[in-house]
Amino acid sequence: MKKPPFPREQRMTIIHGILCLVLILVILQLWLLMATMDAYLGGDSTIVWPAALASLVCLALNIGLLRYLYGVDRWGR
Amino acid sequence: MKNNAPGVETSTRFPNGRPENEQPPWRHDFPIDWPEDSYVARRDYAKFLVLTSLAFFVGQLSIGLQSLWRRSRGKPPIQKVAQFAQIPVGGVFPFNYPGRHDPCLLLRPAEGPLVAYSQKCTHLSCAVVPRMEQGELHCPCHVGSFDLANGRPLAGPPRRPLPRVVLEIRGNVIYATGVEERTT
Repeated sequence: MKKPPFPREQRMTIIHGILCLVLILVILQLWLLMATMDAYLGGDSTIVWPAALASLVCLALNIGLLRYLYGVDRWGR
Repeated sequence: MKNNAPGVETSTRFPNGRPENEQPPWRHDFPIDWPEDSYVARRDYAKFLVLTSLAFFVGQLSIGLQSLWRRSRGKPPIQKVAQFAQIPVGGVFPFNYPGRHDPCLLLRPAEGPLVAYSQKCTHLSCAVVPRMEQGELHCPCHVGSFDLANGRPLAGPPRRPLPRVVLEIRGNVIYATGVEERTT
């Protein structure tokens, strides 16, 4: 059974929440990239792949949140 | 105003907060559903952020691939740098190590042992210039400086020390045997 559409105000709240989460994850990825680059240029390669894995997890979460956002968009139409 | 689907609100709030009959004529000529417009803008912003996230991941991946490539190169070769007598006290001897395009400086300060560092500034790879009397290596591009004794940054934008070339003296000959990259 199809879910009833959210009113626009509720949709906006959901979208703001998703935006905040995505923004936090992107900032985390930026920090990871800078820390990894600094360590790599300093000759320390041990954190390169764990950091890449963490970045991949962040990307997957972001894609999931974007898909959810498109889902919210569909409810409103 | 735009016709909305059943179950979705039909009233539109204008950006200036005034009712519809107080809006300027151009808003009636070019009606825009403002809440819907800001909603779409936020959705596009989220899409842009996710693309940024993808770019960051690609950056991480490229560092990983570079680290694999660096590992496959193995240890740098042992290379003869200079005769010990070629460098007077307070003197500087430029050389390239480990590759032909990796400029380095061999320094013999008045006090302390022989030292050798990469000549590329750790900020943006400008060539550093030794200032023996001040005990520092100076980067003229952004006025950074490094301690001559250990290569650590003293001032300016660089945060990482200069890579140190490991030296070995056999008889009267100085050899470079490796490069030590450091984070602190």
